[in-house]
Order: sequence, then structure tokens, then C-alpha cells
Amino acid sequence: MHIILNGDSVETKDEITVAELLQQLGISRERVAVELNADIIPKADYDKHLLSDGDKIEIVHFVGGG
Amino acid sequence: MAQTSDKLIIGGREFTSRLMVGTGKYASFEQTALALEMSGAEIITVAVRRVNLDRSKESLLDYIDLKKYTLLPNTAGCYTADDAVRTCRLAREAGMSDFVKLEVLGDEKTLFPDNEELLKAAKILVAEGFTVLPYCSDDVIVCKKLEDLGCAAVMPLGAPIGSGLGIRNPYNIRIILENVSVPVIVDAGVGSASDAAIAMELGCAGVLMNTAIAGAQDPIAMAEAMKLAVIAGRLSFKAGRIPRKLYANASSPLDGLIG
Repeated sequence: MHIILNGDSVETKDEITVAELLQQLGISRERVAVELNADIIPKADYDKHLLSDGDKIEIVHFVGGG
Repeated sequence: MAQTSDKLIIGGREFTSRLMVGTGKYASFEQTALALEMSGAEIITVAVRRVNLDRSKESLLDYIDLKKYTLLPNTAGCYTADDAVRTCRLAREAGMSDFVKLEVLGDEKTLFPDNEELLKAAKILVAEGFTVLPYCSDDVIVCKKLEDLGCAAVMPLGAPIGSGLGIRNPYNIRIILENVSVPVIVDAGVGSASDAAIAMELGCAGVLMNTAIAGAQDPIAMAEAMKLAVIAGRLSFKAGRIPRKLYANASSPLDGLIG
């Protein structure tokens, strides 16, 4: 299936959870926030939340700023 | 010492340093970490951005000891209340803290705050339990409204962000200081150590800066200069300066002059 990940169309396997996606990307869940179709997914839900075809996902973290 | 008993309290948390420092625009993460260390800052600002999906890229937080610093995520780049609120919610989820530096910009050229959108966002965020530190105009009416909404501090600009023009309107800052009871922190505009000292001598609770340190020829040395300026300015304010007089007043006794 296709998801929109940080603005880019990305192909993933079906039945993928948020936790699996982060793992696949090599991103530690500790210091990121994940938004799914404009709603924040709490960290506690990463393991159970399944993504669907066409989902829009934003994964953000902290960068240098003033 | 005066500094140890003179704590800055924001959102129920105590801080010893009154200098807050941004983490943008440094040449490297190593330089960022060294400048932060030298500044003595306890509160550091960060921005919220998309994760780079190229895993080879290092992250700022790999270089920063999160036990030493309180992260203050900003909403830089947000031009509407909705975007700023969305960014704050993401920041809270990423950082597990309620502290946010709220900025809602009105214009790319000046980066002046859009105070109408700022107030709208502040109201929503306070209701959601955030500790809101808003970057705002040096306008006492806006500052009072932000205080009334429940913001933990107000952060009027000294001059445009990154301009280094110093405290352009010290009288406005004084009026704000006289009329709000939450901490007043000058955010933006500082160019040199004397600018930071002036903000503190006016009676501000703290100073927040980024470019003045990161953009200096030697950011590490400037970080130390800013640390000392903020301490000196605070002590000078607390000590109480002499009144300004037009004419001289001799420092040496007039009695016992040889004649």
C-alpha cells in the first residue's frame, strides 16, 4: 500500500503498525512525535495502531532553532 | 551570593540562569554543545521539524545532555494560530514537557508577531495545560492580555529577530515591567553583551537569544560574554543604580585639601 510520509509517497507492506514503520526507518520512538491524518498518535498506541492505504503521516523531532 | 538565592521561577519550575539560548544557526552540533555549556543556560529553545528520513544524519539531541537542559520547543515558522497549536501539541508529544515558546509570525520580512493570532493560540494552549512563553511585541496591552490568558511569562522583542539592533525601546520594556507580574523576558534583538546587560538592568527576568551567540565570530566566547552580562545586569538592577545628575558630584572629600 501507499502512505504519504513527511510529504512523500512511500510504498509499505500492508498491516503495518506505527511502531513497525518507525523501526523500519531506524527512528527511535523516544524523541519523535507522530501525526496520522492530522491527529497525534500517543506513543503508547504505536504498537497497536495499524496504518491504512493513503494515510498521511508526519514524523517530527527537535532540531536547532531560536 | 546574590545569584544563588535569586531564582527565576517559570511555570512552577526554578532556574538559576536567566539567560536562555537558542540552538539554531551554529556551524556544527559540537559548537552548539560547547556554546550552550559556556552560556550557563538551563533553558534552550529548539524547533519542531520533519525527521530526515536519511538515517545517516545525526540529530541535535545526540549532542545535548537532556538532564542538564529544559527544552523549550518553539513554533518558529508558524503564521497562524492553528499551525502554532498543532506544532505545540507535536512538541509536547516528542518532548513530554508542557513548556512552549509560542511565536506566531505576521510577516516574513520583519518576523514581527501577529498578536491577534498569538492571543488566539495562547488561549487554546493554556486551556490544554501548556506552560506558554509567548514571543510578542513590546506592547504592554498585548503583554497584559497574554498574562490575563494565563501565560507563564511574556517575551517582548527588543528588536527584530536576528537583527542585533539591541533594545530599541527601553521605555516600552519598562512600561511592560511595571504592569505585568509574570516574568518579562526580552526575546530577540540582542546583538552584544551590553544589550543583554541593558535588558537585565531594566529589570527583566531574563533574556533569550540565538543569533547574537551563534552568529558571532567566536560563538563560544560570546556565549560566555552573554552569561556574564546577564549576571552583571541582574546584579546591577538588584543593587540599585545612582540617580542620573546633570552636574558633577566629587568622589573625594572636600575637607582637608592642602592650602
